[in-house]
Amino acid sequence: MLVAVVLGFIFALLVPFFSRFTKRAISLVYPLIPLFLFLYFLGFLEKIKSEGQILFHYNWVPSLGIDLSFRLDGLSLLFALMITGIGTLVFAYTANYLKGHQYLDRFYGYLSMFMASMLGVVLSDNLMSMFIFWELTSISSYFLIGFNNDDPASRKSALTALSITGFGGLVMLSGIILLQVVGGSYSFTELLNSSEIIKNSNSYGWIIALMFVGAFTKSAQFPFHFWLPGAMKAPTPVSTYLHSATMVKAGIYLLARFTPLLGDTIWWNSTLVTVGAITMVYAAIHSVFRVDLKGILAYSTISALGILVFLIGIGTEKSLLAAGIFILAHALYKAALFLITGIIDHETGSRDVSKLAGLQKVMMPVAIAGFLAALSSAGLPFLLGFISKEVMYEATLQLGNWALILTALAVLTKILLLVAGFWAGIKPFTGNLPSEFNKAHMPSPLLWVPPLLLGFLSLGFGMFPFFIQESLIQPVFSSISGSDTTIELKLWHGFNLVLLLSVLTLVSGGLLYFFLKPSKALIEKTFKFEVISPQNIIENGSNLFGSFARFWTRFFQNGYLRNYVITILAFLTLLMAYRLFGEVNIYIDWEQISTVSYYEAIVVLMMIISIIFAISTNSRTTAIVALGVVGFANCLFFIFYSAPDLAMTQFSIDTLTVLLFMLVLVKLPKNKSFSSKGMKFRDAFLSLTFGVLIAILTLEVFEEPSSSEVSKYFADNAYLLAKGRNVVNVILVDYRGFDTMIETVVLVIAAAGVFSLMKLDLNPSKKDL
Amino acid sequence: MKSLIFKTASSYLLPLLLLFSIFILLRGHYLPGGGFVGGLMASIAFLIHSFAFGLKETQSIIKINPGYLMPIGLAFAVGAAIAPFFVDAPLLKGLWFEEPFRFIGMVGSALIFDIGVYLVVIGATLTIIFSITDTV
Repeated sequence: MLVAVVLGFIFALLVPFFSRFTKRAISLVYPLIPLFLFLYFLGFLEKIKSEGQILFHYNWVPSLGIDLSFRLDGLSLLFALMITGIGTLVFAYTANYLKGHQYLDRFYGYLSMFMASMLGVVLSDNLMSMFIFWELTSISSYFLIGFNNDDPASRKSALTALSITGFGGLVMLSGIILLQVVGGSYSFTELLNSSEIIKNSNSYGWIIALMFVGAFTKSAQFPFHFWLPGAMKAPTPVSTYLHSATMVKAGIYLLARFTPLLGDTIWWNSTLVTVGAITMVYAAIHSVFRVDLKGILAYSTISALGILVFLIGIGTEKSLLAAGIFILAHALYKAALFLITGIIDHETGSRDVSKLAGLQKVMMPVAIAGFLAALSSAGLPFLLGFISKEVMYEATLQLGNWALILTALAVLTKILLLVAGFWAGIKPFTGNLPSEFNKAHMPSPLLWVPPLLLGFLSLGFGMFPFFIQESLIQPVFSSISGSDTTIELKLWHGFNLVLLLSVLTLVSGGLLYFFLKPSKALIEKTFKFEVISPQNIIENGSNLFGSFARFWTRFFQNGYLRNYVITILAFLTLLMAYRLFGEVNIYIDWEQISTVSYYEAIVVLMMIISIIFAISTNSRTTAIVALGVVGFANCLFFIFYSAPDLAMTQFSIDTLTVLLFMLVLVKLPKNKSFSSKGMKFRDAFLSLTFGVLIAILTLEVFEEPSSSEVSKYFADNAYLLAKGRNVVNVILVDYRGFDTMIETVVLVIAAAGVFSLMKLDLNPSKKDL
Repeated sequence: MKSLIFKTASSYLLPLLLLFSIFILLRGHYLPGGGFVGGLMASIAFLIHSFAFGLKETQSIIKINPGYLMPIGLAFAVGAAIAPFFVDAPLLKGLWFEEPFRFIGMVGSALIFDIGVYLVVIGATLTIIFSITDTV
């Protein structure tokens, strides 16, 4: 199982190496990886059906309670199958869609990195590791949205998406930590046992609020929805895969996963229903105001995500079942619609739905796929969308007082989504082919087979629901709701209110489709509301933040090194002075002080003399050398008090610093007196105060009883445990080896930073001088 | 610098100091020394050389771009850190050869780790120094 999750990362790591040798032929090998994983997960169907869930456990950081434990149950299996199944199709589709692209291998690397992280999210049982995978999906999504990195709009969208989802992820992290504090474990399976404790605790409100922010940002719920339409700047396979079928459903997954643990309380249900309802209606209205095919699909995806949140929020068995089915139905038809949009864009170069028409003449299979997907999205009988819509209406109708208004909202959303689906899946394929698209021709099978396959799956599952009823939907239902009720999916429910509502939806949707023509004029009407849109408000907020940061930075970082030093020292001095103003505990035991030997006195004298030299000289070189002498004198003290390691290091560092200064100083013009009397006085005052304060602070340290347990342990065990006699070195490479490792990385980063700053030439024309 | 004495001395100093830095690196586990100090000393050796003969000359002696030493060193350190995984031990556990080697003494993953630190320190300091001197 661990291999299955990590495979994508390994693959992403290898891609840049072996793609160099096999640039052309390899792209058909890529889809085999998700295909292999798909078959692997398919093999679990039977086992999940009989056992309910399977746990896998690998230790990672046991001391922090963070493990790589994976939990495969109905819900995660459904997601895993969607991730790998649609992944296979998208990988194959990309092979032709981005054929010959310069960075095709890079693209596949990002895609498989995403696939692995997404699998990690849905399979993790440990919430910490889930969070890590969760953030990895945000990061890979950032790379993929910004794939066309020379387009500023792409970069901006990628950054928006990353900031929104990354922000949500961090909020969720605090939720997870709070959950651990209350529930006592990071493991979801263990937390399930303390569900009642968590629900009754004082922190419950905080926990669900923090979790909600994570889920809502990821799943593009109002008011965080606006990153998703922007994310459509990514190549179409990415929109298909990440931004409709899988990643945006991670938030839904989270909510569904936590329903048995945190759900079924008034706060949980009412929040989700409200947010879901606002999102689904708001985005559905938006979607019929768009002309760009991808824009239409983006908003209809947001609306569908809203429906899912809404259904999970209702929280009855019926509604959770509806959510389970709709996750699958939506993934199948929306992925197909996106792939079709990609084909149309690829072949005609346009995504303007008001212009596109008549393409059935040149690409019949694509048209069939489009029809199937659009009809499933509309919820016509014999398609999976129909079943999911029926169950959804049944669920909303059961709600007593609220039934009327919630059902009305659901119907309204469905009507608008029907129009959006028809525009994307049917409109481009009917009527007469405009002359400007004459050049369009039949795409490669790699492009049209995936959407057609998805379309037929919608049809197949819709006609024969028993096919998925027991094997897939039943386990999904049990893991969301936690109940054992046996479910039944039926195509025909008899003549009842639900059927009437279905007919109402279809008829009014159909009428709307015929009367409402997509046009630019419609979209312009929405522009005047832009000012109050969440996107505008948040963007203005971040701009304001940016200008404040610029002002602040300019104020303190004015480019003069001396001012930086003054700022830092002054701040530290104030801080220490404030602290020491309260109380000073200096206690010096004069009895214990060792006698000052003559060589120590000489060294101190040396130091004083060189300091006087350093501040009174007019030559830079002399000043630096004098400072070097102070440093070396310091080393002598380290040696006197038996710290040879420290002395050696200090000695080398001082030598290096002096040499480096010399290298640079030699090339500077001759020193003139720059500082005025006042400045000199200010500097002297500051450094004297700082020095005195540091001295007081150092003396205060003696007040604290030094705990020698650690150093004693290190000293006693250095040879026994680490086979070293030099304790300092043993601490560095063994006891604190991890620190050292990270420090070396920091060193490398610093070197890279200096290198790029030094080589960065902001003003190329200067080179001529 | 055009002092003949300094030039002559530094051409002898370079190999001596390098040898000394390796000596410091190897003895680190038992006596004062180690990868960090050793690396600093090696960088000082190159720096002195570049004082006497100029940056170009030193760079031609090193042959490779010192920046490459950083990833190599990191690979050493990370390799030593994850090596225990292969014998089912936790990260960074010290592994040792049974018998001491001639001249070197006991060899273990700690030494490999220290060599990694040594290389990273040389790479980082030389990159910083060279790019600063190159620009001014």
